[in-house]
Amino acid sequence: MLRKLARKAISASIKLDSHPWQANPIHVLPQRRPFCLGVLPNGVDRNSEAFIGNSGAMDDLISELQSHINKVLAGGGDVAVKRNRSRNKLLPRERIDRLIDPGSSFLELSQLAGHELYGDSLPSAGIITGIGAVHGRLCMFVANDPTVKGGTYYPITVKKHLRAQEIAARCKLPCIYLVDSGGAFLPKQAEVFPDRDNFGRIFYNQAVMSAEGIPQIALVLGSCTAGGAYIPAMADESVMVKGNATIFLAGPPLVKAATGEEVSAEDLGGAALHCKTSGVSDYFAQDELHGLALGRSIIKNLHMAGKQGLINGLINGLNNLNLEYEEPLYDVKELRSIAPADLKQAFDIRSVIARIVDGSEFDEFKKLYGTTLVTGFARIFGQPVGIIGNNGILFNESALKGTHFIELCSQRNIPLVFLQNITGFMVGSRSEANGIAKSGAKMVMAVSCAKVPKITIIVGGSFGAGNYAMCGRAYSPDFLFLWPNARISVMGGAQAAGVLSQIEMANKKKQGIQWTKEEEERFKTKVVEAYEREGNCYYSTARLWDDGIIDPADTRKILGLCISASMNRPLEDTKFGVFRM
Amino acid sequence: MASMASVLRRKLNLKPFLIQVRFLSVSSHAFETTQRIEKILVANRGEIACRIMRTANRLGIRTVAVYSDADRDSLHVKSADEAVHIGPPPARLSYLSGPSIVEAAIRTGAQAIHPGYGFLSESADFAKLCEDTGLTFIGPPASAIRDMGDKSASKRIMGAAGVPLVPGYHGDEQDIELMKSEADKIGYPILIKPTHGGGGKGMRIVQSPNQFVDSFLGAQREAAASFGVNTILLEKYITHPRHIEVQIFGDKYGNVLHLYERDCSIQRRHQKIIEEAPAPNVMNDFRSHLGQAAVSAAKAVGYHNAGTVEFIVDKVSGQFYFMEMNTRLQVEHPVTEMIVGQDLVEWQIRVANGEPLPLSQSQVPLLGHAFETRIYAENVPKGFLPATGFLHHYRPVAVSSAVRVETGVEEGDTVSMHYDPMIAKLVVWGENRAAALSKLKDCLSKFQVAGVPTNINFLQKLANHRAFEDGDVETHFIENHKDDLFIDPNNSLLAKEAYSSARFSAGLAAACLCEKEHSFLKEGYGGSSLHPIWYSHPPFRVHHLARHTMVLEWDNEFDGSGSNHLTMMISVIYQPNGNYLIETGEIGSPGLEIKAMHMHDHDFRVETDGLSMSISLAAYSKDETQHIHIWHGTHHHHFRQKLGIDLCDDEETQHKTNFETASHPPGTVVAPMAGLVVKVLVKDESKVEEGQPILVLEAMKMEHVVKAPFAGYVHGLQVTAGQQVSDSSLLFIIKVSQC
Repeated sequence: MLRKLARKAISASIKLDSHPWQANPIHVLPQRRPFCLGVLPNGVDRNSEAFIGNSGAMDDLISELQSHINKVLAGGGDVAVKRNRSRNKLLPRERIDRLIDPGSSFLELSQLAGHELYGDSLPSAGIITGIGAVHGRLCMFVANDPTVKGGTYYPITVKKHLRAQEIAARCKLPCIYLVDSGGAFLPKQAEVFPDRDNFGRIFYNQAVMSAEGIPQIALVLGSCTAGGAYIPAMADESVMVKGNATIFLAGPPLVKAATGEEVSAEDLGGAALHCKTSGVSDYFAQDELHGLALGRSIIKNLHMAGKQGLINGLINGLNNLNLEYEEPLYDVKELRSIAPADLKQAFDIRSVIARIVDGSEFDEFKKLYGTTLVTGFARIFGQPVGIIGNNGILFNESALKGTHFIELCSQRNIPLVFLQNITGFMVGSRSEANGIAKSGAKMVMAVSCAKVPKITIIVGGSFGAGNYAMCGRAYSPDFLFLWPNARISVMGGAQAAGVLSQIEMANKKKQGIQWTKEEEERFKTKVVEAYEREGNCYYSTARLWDDGIIDPADTRKILGLCISASMNRPLEDTKFGVFRM
Repeated sequence: MASMASVLRRKLNLKPFLIQVRFLSVSSHAFETTQRIEKILVANRGEIACRIMRTANRLGIRTVAVYSDADRDSLHVKSADEAVHIGPPPARLSYLSGPSIVEAAIRTGAQAIHPGYGFLSESADFAKLCEDTGLTFIGPPASAIRDMGDKSASKRIMGAAGVPLVPGYHGDEQDIELMKSEADKIGYPILIKPTHGGGGKGMRIVQSPNQFVDSFLGAQREAAASFGVNTILLEKYITHPRHIEVQIFGDKYGNVLHLYERDCSIQRRHQKIIEEAPAPNVMNDFRSHLGQAAVSAAKAVGYHNAGTVEFIVDKVSGQFYFMEMNTRLQVEHPVTEMIVGQDLVEWQIRVANGEPLPLSQSQVPLLGHAFETRIYAENVPKGFLPATGFLHHYRPVAVSSAVRVETGVEEGDTVSMHYDPMIAKLVVWGENRAAALSKLKDCLSKFQVAGVPTNINFLQKLANHRAFEDGDVETHFIENHKDDLFIDPNNSLLAKEAYSSARFSAGLAAACLCEKEHSFLKEGYGGSSLHPIWYSHPPFRVHHLARHTMVLEWDNEFDGSGSNHLTMMISVIYQPNGNYLIETGEIGSPGLEIKAMHMHDHDFRVETDGLSMSISLAAYSKDETQHIHIWHGTHHHHFRQKLGIDLCDDEETQHKTNFETASHPPGTVVAPMAGLVVKVLVKDESKVEEGQPILVLEAMKMEHVVKAPFAGYVHGLQVTAGQQVSDSSLLFIIKVSQC
């Protein structure tokens, strides 16, 4: 019976191998646990042509990704980096390395934000954000990169800063701002300054988080001019480094222009002035290393005892957590070979799950119903999760099953992991007549209202309403990452070209213009190209539609870190809206 | 009688001390011969106290330690069955205080006192005091100590007994003219020496007649200051001398034998640092002549118990001359023990108990060869200056039948300024000299001390020196070979080698530190409830490898420019397989991949470039600096790493009451608040020191002293007492110059 079920799972999967059982007998049931129902089979054959082809395609994608990453890791270029060093300043990632617990991990977000977004290159959007531990307490780091355009805020810089604050607010993570910025990038002031989610929102967030008891700490390690001056000023506690740190609303040149007063930067807004006279800052650091050490000790001394359970507390933190976890039975590196090079090819999401969850154990829920959506319970690094993965188009049943499962997890406070590879809901008359819109709406309602941590990984396509139901960016998952092969758009390029060309042809016809086959093809190609470009993962990540592109092999690790970070908050009851029945 | 005496001793309190002394002194002789020693008070500290107690323990004899305030938690106190506090740290108030020690012995019911070496070991008065109190002094009779303590007297006695003496003048007449003519008779070079004392104090070598007067007067002054007696003797100075001494032993029945000789020629600052037995490159004939001379010397003073007769041997002529006799157990006695297979402390106790010597001269075996090195806390490059400090890490080598470590300290102890800075004696034995020397070198490279500078590295250089390997020793060995033994800052080839060796060690140390950190973090961060995946190994980074950059300072002995440390930037890149890739940022130096395994505590096993090796690492913080010591192979390196200063109170910026403001020129002092000037303490234009009070303001019922922000001259001090000043009004300016 067990074998039969497993075989069925395999047959629904990619046809990597025409004789999966002969080629790969019994690997699926490891000897040490012969009787564990939930253990997933391997699901892939390393020797198959598909496997090799997929690996090759993914390897290309990863090396392209790595080359982009290497560029941004170098910051704002040799000259700027050298200048930074000559001022006894570390680079932002080095600063973070010295702040987090030695030898601990750092989950950096949106490394490629700003990628090919402006005429100028803006590595990592000029700001490094991410989550790391300080004295065993998770914190959100927001570090300006002074080597990138003097650390000024482009529109995307603001967006990345705000996104970090959003995560911090949601996960109740103390914020550490490593300030070294020239303030707003003036030429783009219209996109930086006036709107709701612009520069001013940074300080609004600081105020609101501070009110919620989420510590806001600023380490001023360089200049902090104009609007930027409010970051330390709004912080609960702030540190300034002698010689390098300055805080002022207007720098010496502007002061001279405005009032004629000639004053040095240090006298106008240096650490001594602000720690001794103005009181704008609280801790005086002799040098940068001292400043970073002060930052660590501020976090150490937060004394959140009065708010037990809020920050890294036990209420949600280690509850129901099994630290005696096992690694997956199959090599996580094989995740690089599962997603097919061609998005049109289907693959069994279970082979991904088998490489993400502890011991490859997955207790599947409603396995036989609505089989295009795979739902089930598992653990990731001992942390319980509910996983929802796509195994094809969403049908009525799949949507209902997904809704049911989300309700379950919400009620039990189990974080949800969405593994997106979805072309959309089923279209067509039968589907519509069955009320697919109604079923889809149910799932969207459930996804929207579920208060448990939600993490989305787009492992393939993310198209249309499928994106919504599977917790796309608009549904505020706590974290959202893409695999390098991911595609996001309202529909596929070819479909869009088909739709648009039909409309266009109709328009032309009204005007009495005949469209030649070549013209139509040209039109279609243009549409496909645009969709191709805009649906690309770099296009997405540059605009912060996600929190980063990840190596599939890192998926388990990143999910583990994200779940841990998002379990930092107190329990919240989920209340759903009106489900259309 | 004896038992009554002991009962009395117990009953009588310490107050009627004199009565008791008188009573017991009458009975002392009978007491000595009938009562076996069952409890010994060790009137010493450090390794020798521990060493004596070890033998006592083995013999079933209980032990009493004495200690000063500085030694309250010392190993010798812990090693004893009982311990008595005898005074404050200075030795003259504790370990040199005979009465307190005798009192301690009486109080604890010890029958005997072992003085060890140093302190009271060669005090005839103390020996006498013990005898008079009815306590057995484990050592020679007081008379022999007295005879041998005076160098001139001892030489007279020895001369009379036919022991060869260095040509010289030992007369009481100390007239400078007479002394000079005596010197001329003996011939230059001449050695000027105080008759009392030792340790090289007051000694002078005079090369030619015209230097004589100055040196003589200097020696007199130093002798007077150090020993209270300023009599001086003159001797022929031997240009290539060896220091060879003979261990002798006598019992109370007139039997005296020798236990062969020790060569103690390797000395620095006239103190021995390597001793060996038997002496290398010596004929058997010479050996027995020397032994017989030593035995005659001992017999001449009616000696019993352990003693050492020191000879100076002229390497050129092969002549030996009597130098002095040490009436105690010597520091270096273990090398003799190793080659004769005997326990000299046991012999001392047995002789003190009135037993005859256990062996006859012909029965004394001569087995193999032994070395002793004295490991000192000292600063070798700074002329072997004694060092003090905290032993953050102390791991002597493992002991065996062929390796002894005589130590009085443990990890966590302090080497204090009050006493000798010797940390331990390393004693090794081998079938022959070459075998023993190999063992010595190995043990030295494994002897780990961190926290205080030591001479281990220097001892290693000595042990590895060609001339030493050949046994070609003399007392000027270190001086003669200083080019090989000390760092030559101009030798760029060696400097480069030393640097690359240090850089390699720095890389290994960095990898081991990261590995240790990892094993510490395995269970999460010290008690926090955070999920341990944040501390997984290697630490996770998105699309890049975590990197840990350390800036290590290395004490560069080759840099003669004063700032003798070199900064090395070491980057540790965590590899996905758990290894560490070390990059030193040197151009053209490829990264070094290291696999490090933390075995336990300080021990690591590392693999790099196909080579696997054991490493020991000790790290501790002191004065905002992390100190890292690494030992591998024959290398030991010490690195320092600056720590971020945690929340330090910063004098300069937080506590200084200086009311300068940015809008005034530097040195301007304004009123910190509105108030009344109560007092003006200095006149305008007077010179003031930094922080000197200038005037006193009163406001809000509080007085505020306004001080000079820095040293200089007061300018524009116009306010007078009784005057009201407003907030931020100018009080005065301090200028560096007068105008």
